[in-house]
Amino acid sequence: MSSSPTDNGMMNQSLLAVIRKQRLQDFFFHKITMLFSLVVLFALVGIIISLLINAWPAFQKFGLPFIWTIEWDVRDQNFGALIAIYGTVITSVIALLIAVPLAFGIALFLTETCPLILRRPLGTAIELLAAVPSIIYGMFGLFVFAPLFADYGQPALQATLGQMPIIGLLFGGSMNGIGILTAGIVLAFMVLPFIAAVMRDVFEIVPSILRESAYGIGCTTWEVVRNIVLPYTQKGVIGGIMLGLGRALGETMAVTFVIGNSQRIRESLFAPGSSIASTLANEFGEADDFQLATLFALGLLLFVITFFVLGAAKLMIIRGEKAQGSKT
Amino acid sequence: MNQNLYRRRKLVNRLGLMLSMFAMVLGLFVLLSILFTLFKNGLSSFDLALFTQSTPAPGSEGGGLANAIVGSLMMVVVTTLISTPIGVFAGVYLAEFGDNNKVAAITRFVTDIMLSAPSIVLGLFIYAIYVAQVRHFSGWAGSFALCLIAIPVVVRTTENMLRLVPGSLREAAFALGSPRWKVSTFVTLRAARAGVITGLMLALARISGETAPLLFTALNNQFFSTNMNEPMANLPVVIFQFAMSPYDNWIGLAWAGALLITLTVLVLNIVARVLFRDKVAG
Repeated sequence: MSSSPTDNGMMNQSLLAVIRKQRLQDFFFHKITMLFSLVVLFALVGIIISLLINAWPAFQKFGLPFIWTIEWDVRDQNFGALIAIYGTVITSVIALLIAVPLAFGIALFLTETCPLILRRPLGTAIELLAAVPSIIYGMFGLFVFAPLFADYGQPALQATLGQMPIIGLLFGGSMNGIGILTAGIVLAFMVLPFIAAVMRDVFEIVPSILRESAYGIGCTTWEVVRNIVLPYTQKGVIGGIMLGLGRALGETMAVTFVIGNSQRIRESLFAPGSSIASTLANEFGEADDFQLATLFALGLLLFVITFFVLGAAKLMIIRGEKAQGSKT
Repeated sequence: MNQNLYRRRKLVNRLGLMLSMFAMVLGLFVLLSILFTLFKNGLSSFDLALFTQSTPAPGSEGGGLANAIVGSLMMVVVTTLISTPIGVFAGVYLAEFGDNNKVAAITRFVTDIMLSAPSIVLGLFIYAIYVAQVRHFSGWAGSFALCLIAIPVVVRTTENMLRLVPGSLREAAFALGSPRWKVSTFVTLRAARAGVITGLMLALARISGETAPLLFTALNNQFFSTNMNEPMANLPVVIFQFAMSPYDNWIGLAWAGALLITLTVLVLNIVARVLFRDKVAG
């Protein structure tokens, strides 16, 4: 202001130098942080390529039929993936059948009926259930749940559902507490907190004006949830369920402990089986080079399946959030 | 007739709410029975020897988990040291430069998927690119596999926490003429410090219990070793092997290890939550 023109020029000179330096720093800051964020992207591409390379001998020998061949013969080096895929899919489906209604109930309780003081501790308890390492679920399933299930659960199931014409086959056979069904149930309690947490979060963003209008015209709590909250949060709920499915498909330790690890498909859900992840965990140590390639092929299949399930889940959740954004 | 409809609606409502309460009770019951089982079976082997002696040889008496505890700690520390800078800076990028940016959008999407990607496949990946190349299992490999699990967790929480920082704070710093990197690191990142630390602790909790990826990378070591370049004992894999073994003292040690891990993970989770809640409230 009061400074002379020459002063101003000098100031500008040094100011320009500082600005130039800062621009350079910002440029590098931008690029370096970008590089770090790309690490995850590179990892994903790297995973797919490296698994593909390592699995190549198996795909070369068996071709696409590898995916639907029911065969796992280590001695004759004859492998197919269907046994493991069957175990993976069936255990995950059982897990979802049990976990989804329970998760819905928990989310309903936490958002509608729970007294306000209890909301936080109970919500935290459910989140802690999600934090328990999967190997603990496996041990709990093997040492505590499986014996109880063999003594009480399985006989009860066989006496009731087992007597029915067609689905009775699912509950036949010996009852030692270990098998596909047990793995499904243990998985259910592992994915339950994940699904419940997502459901609770999306239930909470329903605008209270909608909820209160429904209460205002005399709806019961159940009707509000059934006819207002659930339709409003549909996409988010489905996304949460698929997130749980993704977790269930790839879970290793909880399943490996209780699935029984037998490379056969049998009609009974009480029979032992194996999933992709449990096959990897069990056979990797003793596998020779070629079997290793088939295990990599299994891993690649698992990764691709979960990738699509999780990707669809994520898209659903994003779309659900966007729809809500435009409505309010 | 109207009365009937009314009664039926009330009945359905009561039934639905009761079932939902039952679901909540069942969830809590599972959590409590897991904790109860761990304490019941784990406390008997939970003594000083657990921390001072190494894992016993097959058939021999006694023993502890000292080598596994040290191995797990070392791998977790190395993992934290590697994944913290990567995860935090990646989170900064997504929060500061990530709007209307295709690369950032894709990265965010992939990170979310990697959050739930099957951990056993990440172990396979590290086996393929590292273990198979150097031809031996090692603690480093275990740490790298754990990094792949930890980084997405750190990235996402860092981004979310940075986005909670009020825009006015950022704008005030810009108005003072600070360059972008100073605003991001000394203003926003510092303001979001508690949240970022929460994310780190959650990542720590997550990797402490991971077993599957370590099976193909760190494997196990019966002896005490602090050499990251050798197969390394670690709690999860020891628990897995001991729990499946026929020896009673091994199974006892597995329970003690399981108790130790679960308590660590739960305490980390609770501390992280309390820390973050206090910060937000204050």
